[in-house]
Amino acid sequence: MTALLNIENLSVKFPTRFGEFTALDSIDLAVYKGEIHGLVGESGAGKSTIGAAVIGLLQSPGYISAGRVLFNGDDLVGMDDDTYHQIRGDRISMIFQDPQTSLNPLLTIATQLIETIRQHSNVSRSDARQKAISLLKETGLTDVETRIDEYPHQFSGGMRQRVVIALALCTDPELIIADEPTTALDVSVQKQILALIKSLCAERNIGIVLITHDIGVINEITDHVTVLRSGRVIETGPTADVLGNPAEEYTRALMAAVPRLDKRLDRFRNIVSDDELNSDDTDWHIQDASAAYASQWLLSNNSSQQRPSAKSDNNHDPILSVSGLEVTFNSGQPGWFGKERGFKALTNINIDVFPGEVLGVVGESGSGKSTLAKAIVGLVNPSAGSMMFKGDDLPPGRHRSRKHQARRQIQMVFQDPYSSLNNRQTVEDIISEPINFYNLSTNKTDTRKLVASVLNLVEMPQRAMLKYPHQFSGGQRQRIAVARALVAQPEFLICDEPTSALDVSIQAQLLNLLKDLQQTFGLSILFISHNLAVIRQMADRVVVLKNGQLIETAGTEQFFNSPSDQYSQQLLRETPSLTF
Amino acid sequence: MLSFILRRLLQSVFVMLAVSLIAFSLFRFVGDPIAQMVGQETSVEDQENLRDRLGLNDPLTTQYGRFVSNLSKAEFGYSYRTRQPVSEMILSRLPATLELGAISLIISLLVGIPAGIYTALKRGALSNALLIATLIGISVPTFVIGIFLIYLFGVSLGWLPTFGRGETVALGWWQTSFLTLSGWKSLLLPAITLGIYQLTLTMRLVRAEMQDVLKTDYIKFATARGINYRSLYMNHAFRNTLVPVVTIIGLQLGGIIAFSIVTESVFQWPGMGLLFLDSIRYVDIPVMSVYLVLIALMFVAINLLVDMLYLAIDPRVRLKGAHG
Repeated sequence: MTALLNIENLSVKFPTRFGEFTALDSIDLAVYKGEIHGLVGESGAGKSTIGAAVIGLLQSPGYISAGRVLFNGDDLVGMDDDTYHQIRGDRISMIFQDPQTSLNPLLTIATQLIETIRQHSNVSRSDARQKAISLLKETGLTDVETRIDEYPHQFSGGMRQRVVIALALCTDPELIIADEPTTALDVSVQKQILALIKSLCAERNIGIVLITHDIGVINEITDHVTVLRSGRVIETGPTADVLGNPAEEYTRALMAAVPRLDKRLDRFRNIVSDDELNSDDTDWHIQDASAAYASQWLLSNNSSQQRPSAKSDNNHDPILSVSGLEVTFNSGQPGWFGKERGFKALTNINIDVFPGEVLGVVGESGSGKSTLAKAIVGLVNPSAGSMMFKGDDLPPGRHRSRKHQARRQIQMVFQDPYSSLNNRQTVEDIISEPINFYNLSTNKTDTRKLVASVLNLVEMPQRAMLKYPHQFSGGQRQRIAVARALVAQPEFLICDEPTSALDVSIQAQLLNLLKDLQQTFGLSILFISHNLAVIRQMADRVVVLKNGQLIETAGTEQFFNSPSDQYSQQLLRETPSLTF
Repeated sequence: MLSFILRRLLQSVFVMLAVSLIAFSLFRFVGDPIAQMVGQETSVEDQENLRDRLGLNDPLTTQYGRFVSNLSKAEFGYSYRTRQPVSEMILSRLPATLELGAISLIISLLVGIPAGIYTALKRGALSNALLIATLIGISVPTFVIGIFLIYLFGVSLGWLPTFGRGETVALGWWQTSFLTLSGWKSLLLPAITLGIYQLTLTMRLVRAEMQDVLKTDYIKFATARGINYRSLYMNHAFRNTLVPVVTIIGLQLGGIIAFSIVTESVFQWPGMGLLFLDSIRYVDIPVMSVYLVLIALMFVAINLLVDMLYLAIDPRVRLKGAHG
């Protein structure tokens, strides 16, 4: 059988100011009809570049420097754009990552579908509409006849992705490139979309290239898999073989870095040696600064006398106690004539966090996880309920004074390290800000020493303090964010999806770091994640949120072995996992 | 959707009330109106009489109420300077300014939007030339451009008249210069002068917005679906640039008409701007205050229009407004 898509020796280069960057280096790949071929790797591996090269939409100034892309035997490289544009959509389609942004907001679903169908075949408007309706039905949309004339923003994320899939299918292509098609979706929706892609592939006998960073997804639906790293093919073969019996060290390490749903491990394996640290970076020191100094400073902080060493000991009073918490957002502006309509983000939440404990909070998007975190740190004002911190009343953000002790004692690490650090400040400015604000040091020399030491503590070179955030990778930035939180000598740390913007290997490093810090300093942590496997690795107890309501509270082992609530069981069932 | 429009209308009423308060206070605080009306030899009793007759001794709120109700009945009072009714003076000047503004807007849109799209899509000598030319257009003051145009086309080449409206034709009270050749000739230079800033702004805005939209996922997805480039650029991309573009053009249009003063004085264009300039020179408070109210009304009307255009362009606003 000849391959539908045959990529031979493909190299893609991007000219930059500092010389040419090789995004793809001699890639060979074959995709057959009726099979799903997975491309997996971390960011920078070149997965998406392969997809863009096949469909001929490489981001300028990137170009194909060598090799061939044979589609049904025809070479696509060097084809003139007019001919290429005929093939796009008609014979090769694409599915994009984020259904929120991949549909034109100003045109109805019907307009977009009919235009695409009529672009590639000579059919009447009403025939095209009929075809669009039957396609949308096929992708599992309900009430299609009326909903087809709605605009994209009237659909939920999962529904939009179905529309995107219908758009990709509406011209009966032979090959579909799906670039992270489920990354932006909740697990339950992800499961449905993956099942849809798999059944379409089999029924219509089309070839699918599935690009993802998630080995769980690869394991669920692909027939073949190619593991990529830094633009090179590491390993390729049938999925069961590659994942079941990886030949390469990198594949094994990549799999080991994926948090496991079925058992708790003490530590993750590190697969990346630290990001390009040169001797310039490591040789630079501030006098007497060291990780040990930072630990000692953090441990000596006066309020820590009664730090519990063992976390099994839950007889303590809770460090944080939330009862009857309710948060209401006003949706849109209140009308002049109408009544204010509110949206309840959280309803009657009761949570206790004990000293030295990691409480995991799980839930799908919109479940109110982040709102809970924001209500506790005081960024969102609850409409009802009360909070206690260390036995004292914790006022809501509106009434919490700037100098309130809890403002220092509760610190937060945000989800996206690219937007949570001020790009106009040096790392030294960023980390010394809490020190200055809470008067934690007496003089400038001391502050600098602390900044350098705490950077060491989060496994960053001291010289990092001279640089700006944009000079660091996502994982390094998140460590800077952790350092900024630590330096306030907190007793309670809130981590809101701290690793969901990171690659698995970087995630593994950061989770290791958080575990170490938690154990050393006996921190109490509220750990929020949509990823159940990460929660299993980190949390002592788990709470499940759904639509702003508390569904279940349980010890981690008990939760993962026998969840009592039906929704929790469903969540667990739908999370893709590695079974090898 | 109706409630959205009603709410905007109600907001507009409040804006107009606020502006009328400022216009009203002009009378009170820019000198004593009686002192400006009467000669030096008028006796104090006569002055008091006049004050009484004009209602200037009534409480402020009564006076303000009278002012607003007169305004709403289009009774604008009399000019201190010419003793003519203000409404007549304004009506005779309004068409000139509106025609000038309309033509300059049309010029700026007809040239600015295609040029903006072109420079966003194509790189090359022509794009660069356009960008540099607009940089000059945006940085050289309006009156310099006006004087330059007068020198080139009026004086050196002698093709076009350098001042006035040319011959006009009366359509009822509306004096239009659209119906005569000399009217068109006279309109051209001031309209270009007034439109050039708006043109450069439109072009640069369309270009920047287009470039942003072309980077979005939905354009990439549409390209990957093989949608033909013409529809891709016009129907998919350009439509998405319209919301910010309409906002800015709307605001600028108000500005063009309100502040055409410079252009009108360079070309001695007998419009509202020139009238306003003269009124300031002679402290003609009734004209100034009416001018202020009218310009505010125009801004409010344009903004209302822009809001309606949002409704037409963006379904997200439309549907939110429907149950808002």
